[in-house]
Amino acid sequence: MIYQGKQKIWSDYQKEIPDNHWFYVRSCIRQSFFPASEHYFLKICRDLLDRDIYESAHHTTCGGIAYHCDTIPQETAMTIVARQFALMTEAGYENLVTSCITSFGNYTEILETWREFPELEARVREHLWKSCRREFRKPVYLAHASDLVYKLRDEIAARARFSLVDKETGEPLKIVEHIGCHYSKMFPHKGVGGAEYPCVLSGMAEAWGGKVIDYPERRHCCGFGFRQYLVKANRGYSMSNTYKKFESMEPYHPDVIITNCPGCPFFLDRWQYVISEQEGKTYGPDGHGIPVLTYEELAGLVLGFDPWDLGLQVHQVGPEPLLDKMGIPYDPSAKYNGLDRKKLMTPGLPAVLKCC
Amino acid sequence: MEKKVLYLLNMGKLFDELSKDYRFKEGFKTCINCGTCTAICPAAEFYKYDPRKILDIVQRKDDDEILALLKSETIWYCGECMSCMTRCPRKNAAGLVIMALRNLSAKLGYFTCSEKGRQLYPLTKVLTGNILKLGYCVHPDTYKYEDHPESGPVFKWVLDNKEEVYGRLGANYGRQGTGALRVIPKEDLDELQAIFDETGATERIDFVEKCSEQKAREMGMTMEEYGKYTFEHCSRGHFNDE
Repeated sequence: MIYQGKQKIWSDYQKEIPDNHWFYVRSCIRQSFFPASEHYFLKICRDLLDRDIYESAHHTTCGGIAYHCDTIPQETAMTIVARQFALMTEAGYENLVTSCITSFGNYTEILETWREFPELEARVREHLWKSCRREFRKPVYLAHASDLVYKLRDEIAARARFSLVDKETGEPLKIVEHIGCHYSKMFPHKGVGGAEYPCVLSGMAEAWGGKVIDYPERRHCCGFGFRQYLVKANRGYSMSNTYKKFESMEPYHPDVIITNCPGCPFFLDRWQYVISEQEGKTYGPDGHGIPVLTYEELAGLVLGFDPWDLGLQVHQVGPEPLLDKMGIPYDPSAKYNGLDRKKLMTPGLPAVLKCC
Repeated sequence: MEKKVLYLLNMGKLFDELSKDYRFKEGFKTCINCGTCTAICPAAEFYKYDPRKILDIVQRKDDDEILALLKSETIWYCGECMSCMTRCPRKNAAGLVIMALRNLSAKLGYFTCSEKGRQLYPLTKVLTGNILKLGYCVHPDTYKYEDHPESGPVFKWVLDNKEEVYGRLGANYGRQGTGALRVIPKEDLDELQAIFDETGATERIDFVEKCSEQKAREMGMTMEEYGKYTFEHCSRGHFNDE
């Protein structure tokens, strides 16, 4: 697309997102902690909005976490990604959409490095051929799944059964949006709104009726830090960063936090639990925390899917205050059911944080 | 005199090695020492870590100083969030330089000289083990609640009821086909192993293990004790307020 005038000035902050036909790759962390989010991404895009999203049973991890924990060489990470590109090529697709922000950053970094150093791309092609007898074309478009939901936000709004509005007061809910660092901090022109005006999540929140909070530490990292969380001895780093964010957002009384990264919703949720256990402090009203949702979970709520089918029960911070504000009905007795409504033992309760 | 000749012969060799790393080529231009990277860095606020100083050291191309970095704690403090990359007015990326330094430290075996560097052993064991055995970096089957009490009682409940909970949430846990947590077919795991063999990852895993075994012997520990110790132990002196 050719931009002119003011459009040209802002063109660095635009992102072209094709409307249809995507090859989907999953996230190791999100599958483990929020599997329903990936399930509902596909359900919403495919079944509700009639988009073609293809998944191959043969794709694997992109190796991004191992790469950012410095446990595998760069060319190993690149060749694993080249193999994913080969699967996409073999399936006849040219647009690749990732569930994971680490993957998105990894894929973006690889494509940018190859653009700058074509000899490295040639070497990786050779590695892939020698190891897997596969060849590939690079994706024409690379997007994160939140880019796609951003693109479809108005179609979702048109089908919404609930909005991000307090049903008692009629006021918009106060939304904190937290964007994963590797979405646009590394390569700003690859994200919607770049690093300065990232609107991939705020665009969704506003389209669905919410009001986005701007607070001082809005762009601060959640504190995952790869090895800084994965190694037990380092986890103070992770929690300190989350703590800094919560102290900064607390005066604005957010109703919900939405995220697009695999780690961020986990850390922003679980460190609230740990802070409450260690310090006795909670950030929501009356001993509750601030619910932390993925953008698919939020889209699912707006569209009227059952909160427990969306997986809100696997968050440590209970979502009930948010559901009540939005006027979403739910069955408390079904929260911890298993398959086919089978009754399971319920989880233990935190000492301080109220969970329902 | 002989020492000095040797020093001069070696001078710049580590810098040359670093310069071969594409992350170094991408992340290191000319640093003007403005300190913006340090100001924005989440790790610098927490640890005794100053990316500005690290880039300045590297820029001086002094191998003795680079060697000290490769053996240091400080290169392991970065969280690789890459906030520095956004803000540098000269388009450097301290985080990418750190990745190149860590890679060289691992490649030359200097990582065992520091407490934080030694953590490469449990990280390598778990993450590369998960990739080669399961096809994922992280997977609930190898996620131990006792190592992650912060995951809360709700995740203990998930782990205790994996088939029921993952099944209810639309995952394809433990089965063939597409979907979350599906079993990655053996032929795909074989391809990952072949990629590891071809691109130097297998060699790296073996080398990290060998260096770690040697360090464990020096510390009088079995490998099991060493793995647990490096995963859990944090000495005083890493943090800004200590």
